[in-house]
This record gives sequence, structure tokens and C-alpha cells, in this order.
Amino acid sequence: MVHTILPARRNIQLNEAGELRHFLSIDGLSRDILTRILDTADSFVPVGRQDIKKVPLLRGKTVINLFFEPSTRTRTTFELAATRLSADVLNFDVSASATHKGETLLDTLRNLKAMSSDMFVIRHPDSGAAHFVAQYATPDVAIINAGDGWHAHPTQAMLDMLTIRRHKGGFADLTVAIVGDILHSRVARSQIRALRALGAREVRVVGPRTLMPAGVECLGVRAFHDLRSGLQDADVVIMLRLQRERMNSAALPSEAEYYRMYGLTEEKLAYARPDAIVMHPGPINRGVEIESAVADGQRSLILAQVSYGIAVRMAVMSMVMSGQRAEAGS
Amino acid sequence: MSQAIPRTLIRGARLFDPGSRQDQVADLYIEDGRISAIGRAPEHFKGYQTISADGYTVIPGITDLMARPGGMAHFERELEAAAAGGITALVIPPDISPVLDNTAVARLVVERAARAGRSRVHVLGALTTGLAGSHLTEMHALSEAGCIGMSNMHYPVQDQRTLLRCLEYAATCSTRVFFRPVDVSLAGNGCAHQGQMATRLGLRGIPYSAETVALARDLLLVEQVGVSAHFGQISCARSVELLAEARARGLSVTADVAVHHLLFDENNLDEFNTQFHVNPPLRAAEDRAALLAGLRDGVIQAICSDHRPLDSAAKHAPFAASEPGMAGLETLLGAVLALVEQEHLSLECAVERLTTGPARIVNPDWRGLEVGAMADLCVYDPATRTKITAESLHSHGKNSPLIGHELPGRVVATMQAGRVIHPGAEKRLSA
Repeated sequence: MVHTILPARRNIQLNEAGELRHFLSIDGLSRDILTRILDTADSFVPVGRQDIKKVPLLRGKTVINLFFEPSTRTRTTFELAATRLSADVLNFDVSASATHKGETLLDTLRNLKAMSSDMFVIRHPDSGAAHFVAQYATPDVAIINAGDGWHAHPTQAMLDMLTIRRHKGGFADLTVAIVGDILHSRVARSQIRALRALGAREVRVVGPRTLMPAGVECLGVRAFHDLRSGLQDADVVIMLRLQRERMNSAALPSEAEYYRMYGLTEEKLAYARPDAIVMHPGPINRGVEIESAVADGQRSLILAQVSYGIAVRMAVMSMVMSGQRAEAGS
Repeated sequence: MSQAIPRTLIRGARLFDPGSRQDQVADLYIEDGRISAIGRAPEHFKGYQTISADGYTVIPGITDLMARPGGMAHFERELEAAAAGGITALVIPPDISPVLDNTAVARLVVERAARAGRSRVHVLGALTTGLAGSHLTEMHALSEAGCIGMSNMHYPVQDQRTLLRCLEYAATCSTRVFFRPVDVSLAGNGCAHQGQMATRLGLRGIPYSAETVALARDLLLVEQVGVSAHFGQISCARSVELLAEARARGLSVTADVAVHHLLFDENNLDEFNTQFHVNPPLRAAEDRAALLAGLRDGVIQAICSDHRPLDSAAKHAPFAASEPGMAGLETLLGAVLALVEQEHLSLECAVERLTTGPARIVNPDWRGLEVGAMADLCVYDPATRTKITAESLHSHGKNSPLIGHELPGRVVATMQAGRVIHPGAEKRLSA
């Protein structure tokens, strides 16, 4: 009924030719596009090992990092990625708490419009902020979502996918367990979408009911509240960071209890497959989500993840810029 | 508006009033603000204006149980919008600025509406002073000043003992209590239905229990006191069950649903379209189906616009930071006719729930298209479709997802007490 009154809209991330012109969410992207991102990122991994770590794909372009939430790590990798693509980079850190969030965002965008930049990398505490920017504010600028509220963190998910593919060869036979605070995690939402699109055999989410979104099965996952059964025969274990503010609230009683139930230890990891890999988007809370022996152990890929982050962001930035050019030229 | 009320003949229209089981093509004669004859001209009927209405349908004027002016600055403009939508009576809630908790404000609103000379305006008085949930208002005086009921609307009385006292006092004053059931702690800072869309988009969810827990509490207290109660803008399937059960137990309870909860559901939130940010939130497709069934079964008596006009900036923000609300006065009839077109409601049921259903809640003595009844009418052309545009809406709120879309029907004229209140004098139909 709704559809007869209001027809479905085109995915705003794609141009007429179906190429990426923004990168807002994994949602609605085909396996083909995700695979192309991974292939492109693979080709950029060696750039980081060269003496001159630059390619000229974004020469003459201006990239603005627009961070409404503090993040040195993510912002630095975006800055490095843009620099390696030969772009000019401007960093803006905007406190979202000072005034009404929406006003700040819209006003900031109006001011930045005058600077004729080519790409915004945006992080914002509100879900949908990157979509909002792409829809309303600056249609001629490419938008990359560096994390919006609880909604999406698609470049983080893609670097996790790159890590998995480089270590497991593919996705088809994999059982992946994502452990922790699923409810508030934009990383988990993007990982789930990416794993489903890339054809992982089974995606599981593990955590207490208080940190699990309502009806999470609609995302195409199986939900577990017991870590051991959730890890049973898993090929990939992704531990999520637990925000300190969830502690001592109505969501969780204490760090100690959380660690007892959901902390990853050698003993619990033994339920996973012997060749299972362990990942974490960082920074790690040792002794809360994960014991040091596991975090620093042979199966941990936590450091590898960081180095792939730059390659993935270079891939996304160069693809989006080329999709934007195609759109502008059409 | 002190001129004499013109005599009017509405010629050749289908007179359709499910409330009085009327459906015939006949001439309608209006004198002294009332319907004076149907079919044959009364004696001495001379010097009248004629509205040629071949192919048009005349229904009783629509009563809208929930419409906000969006600030008194736009009051007259919103009344113009109501008239343009075929609405001849609307109910304004107490949680406006200034708060409708004393007779001075109630009289101010009613008098400004009378001066505007458009649709009838009924007001609800606050149940507690300043809507603060602690002190009773002067309900007797408010009723005498024209309030048709009392409500704390979006600021529910949280203390149960205070609410019980409010209901007892309302019963003493023989006034109806209007509830918008919501448990504030369960609703939290949510901005979307706690369901698959909120899960997918990472939006803070509002669970069903935010409505059902409050509704169950309110119903138990209403039963204990025996006061008449109306529940507005019901959004959940479970709420329809609770209301049906209460009615089966013999409670004097009625309910309405906002038209957008019949047209849309959580799936419309795709890509964070802030036009669909409303309070209560759009629920699941099953809830929409249950609300439609509740209308068909008579558990829900009325469809309202829940009109809330907003400035454009209110929606230009990320979803959670945008303001909730939809403008709906001028699309109410067309939207309901769309539900008829899609066979979710019969035309009889649809029109009844826009006219007799809500009108009897406001005024038990209300009568529709009958000789002697007030000439509050809506004349519409069922064969025309109307394209909704920002320019075509009289309301200052352009916050409607229906802009850019077509709806069935077109309001040709609206009449309140025998006067044409839409279109305005400049576009008045030729006699």
C-alpha cells in the first residue's frame, strides 16, 4: 500500500551507472561492489611499503575531515589515506555538544560549502548524519561515513573484511561470531551487512539481552547469550569494544561480571575452530573484553587490522571520487 | 462574520452520510445555518446562492480530534488549512504555548477562532496546572469556558495517586479525559519504533510497552473511577486489543488513530527520511494492519490528522535530532480516500470515522446530513486527483511526505454553519 503512494527511492550512494559516489553504509551495496573495494584495497597494501608512499589519484582534490566526535585513530588513518592519494587535507573538529546538534551540522556545512572541497569524511554522534549530509547539504561533494551514531562504520567493516579475506581466502565457508555490545555498535551493524553480502555461511552475535537490538535476527544473524555456545566451531571471532559508560548502569552490573560471561579467554576460545582468528576494532580494554594472552596471541590479527585500514580507506576514497566524476560528467 | 447567513442550494450532489445511513443524489437546501430541506425546496426559499455540484459528493464536515496550530502566530493560517481540508471542527490539545490550563487561555483560543470565521475550534483543558502533573486545574470553570475535555496529552501524569484524583475530579465535573498513553521512562529518548528498522538504522527505539503499559494503567484507573475516557493516536496492535477488552467490559472508552499510522509504517524510515519522524513512532506493518482492523471493527471511532506544522529547519537534521511531527490537515481526506481506493476501508467506514465517529465524541447531540442539523459540510469531487505541493498547502508546515504525490479527491467547498469557509471569498464559487 505504501509503495503505491510513495515509490522506493534510488540508493543515494550510487550514481546512474551503479558506481559508488558516496560511501555511507554497507546496506544496499552488492557483493560485486564490496569485492571491488577489497580488490582495490589489496592493490594499495604495497603502497604503504614503498619508499615514496604516494599515488596521484586525488591530486588537486581537497578532502575535509569533519569530526563531531573525538577520534584520533580513525581520523589519522583517513588523513594518511588521503595524503597517500596526493589530496590536500583539512581537519575540522567540531564539538557537537555546544549547541543543538542539527543546527551545528547544518550551519557547519553551509560554512564549509564556500571552501569548494571535493570530499567530506564525516563522523557524527547521530545515526543517519552522513545520509543527511549527502541528501541535503552538498550534493556535489562526495561523502564518506567515518561513523554515525549506532548506525554504520563502513570503512571499519571493510578493513575487517579485508583482514578476513587475506587470512581465510574468502567468506563462503565461514562462521563468524561478533561478541559484545551489539546494540550500540555501528561497527557490528556494518560488519553484519558486509558478511551477509559477501556470503559468509553464518553470522552470529553474542552478548547479554541488554546490549542486543530488538529483533536482531532481522539482520540475518543468529543471536546467542552464552559465549561458549556462540563460539562453537567459529572460524572468525570479532570482539567489540565495550564503552565504559555502559558499566554500572542498567545495562550491565560490573566489568568483572561482564568479563566472566563474555570476556575472551584461551579457555573459551578453545570452543572455536583450531584455526580461528581473533579480531578487535580497537582500542582494547584488556581484562574486560579480552585477556592479554588472547589479544597478543598467535591467532590475534588486531595489529594487522590497523595497517589494512589505510589501504581500505584509499580504495574507498579513490572509487568514490571516480564515481563522483562520472556523475558530474553525465 | 456578522452579515446574514446566505441561503444556499447545493444542487445535484451525492449526499453521503453513513452516520445517518444516507446515500442519495438530491438537492440540499440551507437556511439560517442549518439544513432546511433535502430533495424538495422548502416554501419561501428565495434569494439563494447555488453551488452546482453534479458529480460531487457532500459529506458532513470532518471533525479532527487532534490538530496543533504550531504556535498561536500561525493560528488563523492553520484554520484556513483546516477549512481547505474539508474540516469543519478541530480539537486543539492543551500542550500548546501558552498552556491551556486556565479559562483566560481557553477563551482566548475560542474567541480568536470565532473571529477567524473558519472551522469550529474545540479546546482541551489541562488536567493539571502547567501540565506538571501535581495540581488539579479548575476543570469545572474550564468546562464552562468551552473545554470539551481534560488532558495532560504528551506530559502524562506519572504519579498514580495524583492521576486517580484527577480522574475522580474529572468525573465529578462530568468531563471526559483524553489520554495520549505513553510511559515516559520506557519511551526514553527514543525516536523510532523499537523494531527491525531501528535495529537496522541504529536508531534509539521506543518499545511497544511505552504505549501499552501506560494504556493498561490508564484503563484500570478509568475502570475504577468510572470516568469517560478517550485515547488518542494509538499506534500498537496490542493497544487495539486492550481497548477492545475494555469496551467489552463496558467501559466508556473511545479511541482515535492518526492518519499517518494507517498510511505508513517503520519501513518508510529507509534512508533516514525525517518526514517520517513522528511521535508516537510509526510501528510495524502488523500494527498498521491491526489499526485498520480496529477502525473497521469499531474499536477505534475516529481518524485524526495529528497535525503538527513545523518550520523547514525542524526536519533538516539527522533523524534523532529532527523534530517529530507531520502536517496533515489538508491531506487528511485524500489520504483516507487513498485507503478506500486500496480497499483497506470501505467508503462508509472511512467517512463515518472522519465525521460521525469523532463528532459524537466532541458533541453527543451532533447530527449529520439531516433536516434541522447544522450545515457543517464538505463538498468534494471524487473523480479528481489532487497533486500535493508545498505551494498548494495553506498550512505554514510543509512537513509532509505526501508532497509531490497525488491523492484521490479534491475538496470543492467547505461550509460551517451555512457559510462557505473554503475556498476564500476571492475564489468563491459562482452563484
